[in-house]
Amino acid sequence: MEHLLEVKNLSVSIDGPAGEVRAVRDVSFSLKKGEVLAIVGESGCGKSVLCKSIMKLLPPSAKIKEGSICVNGQDITCYREKEMQKLRGRVFSMIFQDPMTSLNPTIKIGKQIGEAVVIHNKNYTKEQVNKKVLELMELVGISHPKERYHQYPWQFSGGMRQRCVMAIALAADPDILFADEPTTALDVTIQAQILDLLREIQMKLGTATILVSHDLGVVARVADRVAVMYAGKIVEIGTAEEVYYDPRHPYTWGLMRSLPAFANGKESLYTIPGMPPTLIDPPKGDAFACRNEYALNIDYEEMPPMFKITDTHYAATWLLDPRAPQIKSPMGGIVHE
Amino acid sequence: MSKEILLDVRHLTQQFHLTKKIKVKAVDDVSFQIHKGEIFGLVGESGSGKSTVARCLMNIYQPAQGEIWYKDVNICDKKEFKKHKKMLQTCRQMIFQDSASSLNQKMKVSDIITEPMRIQHITPPRGSFVKEAAFQMEYVGLENSFLDRYPSELSGGQRQRVAIARSLCMEPEFLVADEPIASLDVSIQAQIVNLFRYLQEEHGFTFLFIAHDLAMVEYLCDRVGVMYHGKLVELAPSEELYSNPVHPYTKTLLSAIPVPDPIRERKRVLQYYDGEGMENSVWTEVSPGHFAMLPAEGKGCSIS
Repeated sequence: MEHLLEVKNLSVSIDGPAGEVRAVRDVSFSLKKGEVLAIVGESGCGKSVLCKSIMKLLPPSAKIKEGSICVNGQDITCYREKEMQKLRGRVFSMIFQDPMTSLNPTIKIGKQIGEAVVIHNKNYTKEQVNKKVLELMELVGISHPKERYHQYPWQFSGGMRQRCVMAIALAADPDILFADEPTTALDVTIQAQILDLLREIQMKLGTATILVSHDLGVVARVADRVAVMYAGKIVEIGTAEEVYYDPRHPYTWGLMRSLPAFANGKESLYTIPGMPPTLIDPPKGDAFACRNEYALNIDYEEMPPMFKITDTHYAATWLLDPRAPQIKSPMGGIVHE
Repeated sequence: MSKEILLDVRHLTQQFHLTKKIKVKAVDDVSFQIHKGEIFGLVGESGSGKSTVARCLMNIYQPAQGEIWYKDVNICDKKEFKKHKKMLQTCRQMIFQDSASSLNQKMKVSDIITEPMRIQHITPPRGSFVKEAAFQMEYVGLENSFLDRYPSELSGGQRQRVAIARSLCMEPEFLVADEPIASLDVSIQAQIVNLFRYLQEEHGFTFLFIAHDLAMVEYLCDRVGVMYHGKLVELAPSEELYSNPVHPYTKTLLSAIPVPDPIRERKRVLQYYDGEGMENSVWTEVSPGHFAMLPAEGKGCSIS
């Protein structure tokens, strides 16, 4: 099956006052049609930068240092703003984290969604635009679209606002949808509804989705594949079943264990010791080594390559090297066969 | 645990005016008690009035009706509040949700932490303000090198620690935390929750913890109250609430906790609650210490 999106060895750096921040380091992954890929990691690990660098929404101080981005087999790495504008909306579009700030508070909802429709279908008549807007509102589950059409964003609740943002993102029927922490600002009950909606739309329209989140618990519901990111690198990638039932990287263990669901009884919750490294001058070896209780000497010296576990499951940790000592995973199961 | 009552909320009602004529009841006849030395959790979706309750308890809002007794003081009474103002403002402290906006961006961390002492004219027990700040920083797990930094240089978890240190420097008896972990990462959430547990054991303060994440509340709190549309619908010790929820809204909330297990999680069915039968519900005791809003017997709910 052909890959819709293929990212190869992508490195992105942002120039800051303190020096060059290497936000994304040597990231490779691919996305098939109609697939949901979840990218999980702590804040500051480069999840959002990765998404924005694919859409080329980064500030001018950011540069793609290395690597390539292919969409539908076409290399878009060197595309300029004008060419990117043709792709945005049609090929990929994005849902942002905070629905409060991504909508204009002074424009009626219907008109805001209509704006997106008009941009992509310039020859539509007023009636056609209206019809399309109502269709979109119905698609994302806004009840009474005709009445809601004339309301302002502040008359909507957080969940409803996020639905409106989704309607705008879906206006031109994109192939790839980036959802950057779409549920972080929402309640638990609404969160599940929005995730179900994402899944439903993905089934209906066949849109491939990249879901960015910091919570492994949340993405279990919708993700086909999960990529765990740490300090600008993907450290583990695999199907949801593989990553949840058979995690191999110590950082994935840490993320899983810090969920209250794994706090058996009432002892203290597990926390990953230390802080994520600054990406201005990333450490030489494995960036996670200094927080890793299972770190080997080689972790401080050399960057681990991606070890293959199955055809779809890869992890970057020296623990998977045949020479490494056998370590019992705290999640159950043995790391090294 | 002692059963001494620290805070007694009686029939608290708070209204907001949308226009001159239209009012919204944000909190509607809520009564509960918080015992001394316990961690009390308040959960509910956004807009259910949790934060309004907290703000009433802290005298930020003046409630429309009802009484709040802190020890022997009715804090809703303006005269009594004035009389005991100094005691009340030092004994009670609050931690806000968004640490980015609740810390002054133009003040150094050490000044932020000791600002309450300056306001209340308290001589720092450890000699100087800087020493006091350094002590509190160490207490919440921050290095001394952060003392001269500004909040914008800190990460979200570190900022929240600064906010906690600020509230602790007054040695409060009663601490209110309004969604302190909602804007943090999961791994940082665990750190902060562990910190709360540790501090509560050390200090023995009474703690009101507001959240919408039921999983963390179960882990942290002794007793939990569930709010829905301004009403308290269920109140129980946390083990009892999680093993034996009575009110349909509590069941909805519990069904929404995500499980980190893809196969089980995809099968999980969400429940919905639309406020059915709320009108003629009465506050009943289901089992000792476990209260819930249930339809009055005999009448039943026939609105559906």
